[in-house]
Amino acid sequence: MPLGDKAGLKPAKPMREVFGEALLALVRENERVVVLDGDLSNTTKTLAVREAFPERFFNIGLAESNMVSIGAGLADCGFIPFITSMSGFLLTNGYDQLRLNIAIGGVNAKVVGSHGGITLGKDGPTAMAIEDLALVGGLPSFVILVPSDPATMHAAVRAMAAWEGPVYLRSSRVAMPHIYPMDACPFEIGKAIVAREGDDLTIVGCGIMVAAALDAAAMLADEGIEARVLDLHTLRPLDERALVAAARETGAIVTAEEHLLHGGMGSNVARIVAEHYPVPMRFVGLADTYTESGDPEDLLAKYGLTAEDIVLAAKEVVRAKRRR
Amino acid sequence: MTVQDKPLSLSQLEELAHRIRCTILEITTHAGSGHPSSSWSAVEILTALYFGGVLRHRPHDPWWPERDRFILSKGHAAPLFYTVLAEAGYFDRDLLWTLRTVGSPVEGHPIRRRLPGIENTSGSLGKGISLGIGHVLGGRLNGLSYRVYVLLGDGECEEGQIWEGAMAAAHFACDNLCAIVDYNKYQETGPISREMALEPFAEKWRAFGWHVLECDGHDLSALLTSFEQAAGLKDRPTAIIAHTVKGKGVSFVEADYTYHGRALKPAEADRAREELRCR
Ligand SMILES: Cc1ncc(C[n+]2csc(CCOP(=O)(O)OP(=O)(O)O)c2C)c(N)n1
Ligand SMILES: [Mg+2]
Repeated sequence: MPLGDKAGLKPAKPMREVFGEALLALVRENERVVVLDGDLSNTTKTLAVREAFPERFFNIGLAESNMVSIGAGLADCGFIPFITSMSGFLLTNGYDQLRLNIAIGGVNAKVVGSHGGITLGKDGPTAMAIEDLALVGGLPSFVILVPSDPATMHAAVRAMAAWEGPVYLRSSRVAMPHIYPMDACPFEIGKAIVAREGDDLTIVGCGIMVAAALDAAAMLADEGIEARVLDLHTLRPLDERALVAAARETGAIVTAEEHLLHGGMGSNVARIVAEHYPVPMRFVGLADTYTESGDPEDLLAKYGLTAEDIVLAAKEVVRAKRRR
Repeated sequence: MTVQDKPLSLSQLEELAHRIRCTILEITTHAGSGHPSSSWSAVEILTALYFGGVLRHRPHDPWWPERDRFILSKGHAAPLFYTVLAEAGYFDRDLLWTLRTVGSPVEGHPIRRRLPGIENTSGSLGKGISLGIGHVLGGRLNGLSYRVYVLLGDGECEEGQIWEGAMAAAHFACDNLCAIVDYNKYQETGPISREMALEPFAEKWRAFGWHVLECDGHDLSALLTSFEQAAGLKDRPTAIIAHTVKGKGVSFVEADYTYHGRALKPAEADRAREELRCR
């Protein structure tokens, strides 16, 4: 079943295209925004900016380290650089530079990693960013955004430009269905969105796993379990209040992410829950492994990132809660 | 004394370079760590740049948008950089004696804007040219025509990013970008000729599309001439390969590369002070 179907969500276009449109609109609106590319504008979808605003677009070529530091220099000149490439290459090749030239000095630069997670599919594990959130998590001062649908992508792109300081945004190759209305998206940096109410447990998700969580919640409802779904689009600053409220009010938590469990969203949620209001938790995400080439849907199924996987975890965690 | 806006005469520059060399000795020995030998090797380069009328800057208005940029890429020359900034009047000289202590902005390696005049964070080597390109491109978009100076180490040029930057600086025709290489022939663990094949060095820069100038990096007048020449070179960026001596001025440091990254102990400092004739 297509993602979001069970929850009654409307299909949308691929997130990278949504990102491209959001960025183009931003560049049009804000003359301080400049875009840097690592020779991937065709696939990260920054190409429209290159065509419409060539003077504010720089293809730095296949040199991500160079690109990050150049972006930092542009930020020092008062511009808002969007440093873009495929996440699996940008954060890895540019890490030292992200740390030295952006994070430590708190420079106002924006980093966009396209093709996050395993859903880039057929190019396989060498191109997949399954560790980007952990890597950028290791850079204090970086805000970390993982939009879950077209509305949050548009809102995130606008919000990151307005935010003073380093921001990382994860974009994706694939489509994520519409969750929020485009004209009334409740997105705010650092404020998790309750995408569905419920009090038997909370499913905390980010990115593509929010739609999966909503599907899972619909399936659980059929069996009489009411799940709250929390869209944790901002991993830093973490919305501790919403997480503690979820723990207190629902008594059980499942996290779901298209990322390694090690150092990803779930482990950060667990830290807050363990410290403030311990409740049973289960974690849906990638175990310590690289994956393989394949169709995105097949990969999500094989590596345990579907609504069904969330349902299983949810039932388990609810049982654990009732045993307490 | 705070140096005035007017360029200093050659003899004043020499006197100042000497004082800077002595201050580097004092503050690193006081801190008990740091990189005096890497600092001494570039004393004349920065003295010429900051006090010889090359860099257009305003210590009392440090972030003046039209300022020429100085980007310290070899961040471990921090003791030199801080001393130069203090001499130029960016901050109080007394601060220098808080180098590397908790609560002081005088960090072991410079942190961007932690003190007036510190343009960039450094300490992880290899970033300076790229950052400088950002300042060039940003200046172009802002309609400003300042120059951007970047100080590199020679060992630092083993970093791949230096050559990514070199390629891009030529591609973007950054003719207001000037890299100065402190070519002291030593890296941390030995002579460069033994550790890595950096030569043919000037040819590498030329092959990447740069103008190349070479000079004696301890000769203030030769440095001033090179800076002046570089400012007149168009279309492409310029690399000034400044031939220097690591540990310059202190014979037993010059003779022993294992002094890299070590402050002189008080007894060694006494000897050095005597050799340098520090007052
Ligand atoms: C990326 C990186 N790698 C290693 C180091 C450690 N390190 C500091 S200075 C140095 C040698 C630098 O040699 P050179 O550039 O020739 O500078 P010099 O001290 O001779 O002026 C090394 C290896 C570092 N600071 N950054
Ligand atoms: Mg050297």
